[in-house]
Amino acid sequence: MTVKLLYFAWVREKIGKAEEIVDLPAGVATVADLVAWLKEQGPEYAEAFARPGVVRAAIDRRHVQPAAPIAGAREIALFPPVTGG
Amino acid sequence: MAVRVQREDFDVGAEVKRLTAGRTDIGAIVTFTGTVRGGSGVAAMTLEHYPGMTEQELARVEAEAAVRWPLQGSLIVHRVGTLRPGDNIVLVVTASAHRQAAFDAAAFLMDYLKTRAPFWKKELDADGQERWVEARESDDDAAERWAGAPNR
Repeated sequence: MTVKLLYFAWVREKIGKAEEIVDLPAGVATVADLVAWLKEQGPEYAEAFARPGVVRAAIDRRHVQPAAPIAGAREIALFPPVTGG
Repeated sequence: MAVRVQREDFDVGAEVKRLTAGRTDIGAIVTFTGTVRGGSGVAAMTLEHYPGMTEQELARVEAEAAVRWPLQGSLIVHRVGTLRPGDNIVLVVTASAHRQAAFDAAAFLMDYLKTRAPFWKKELDADGQERWVEARESDDDAAERWAGAPNR
């Protein structure tokens, strides 16, 4: 499955890019799976996702939980907890 | 009902005037303005957001408020880019026939916005050191208190 990934704030800074298109292997079915897979893609990814459970996700611009399935997603964003207002 | 994300400053008086122009059914208008707090060495702040999702989340929060309270109108304006201590960051305006709905809806909009709208703040101190602002648990608690049945 091919999907566009977006990174924000310190997740973007640690990974070193704002977005990329990735080809995911079969078996990456949920947001948690995606994060686990990304952590193996290089030290910058491992560093970005080092603290378990901190990074939040949105699928096609809606907040989702780690267990959310990613099948059919066009755009998955990964970011720290929000700090607006 | 409207939401805006912008770099430019906003004028609270002008926004209220626009929201209430020609209306005689409004009895209460509440405005909340959030500003950049100085002190603890903060020289500037940069606000980043997720274009597209931000507007969608703000609109969703606003629609939720309109379900819970009888609002005649509402507005959320949030700034992005580089801001300095004393600058405006966010404006929430709620208009209703009576004050309680306007007060409560404004508090709800702020509490929800802080935990759902995809904005991130980075502080810059006088020595040029950058630091991402950490989310506060108290903000989650503030949003939590609105969980449950609609108030209407």
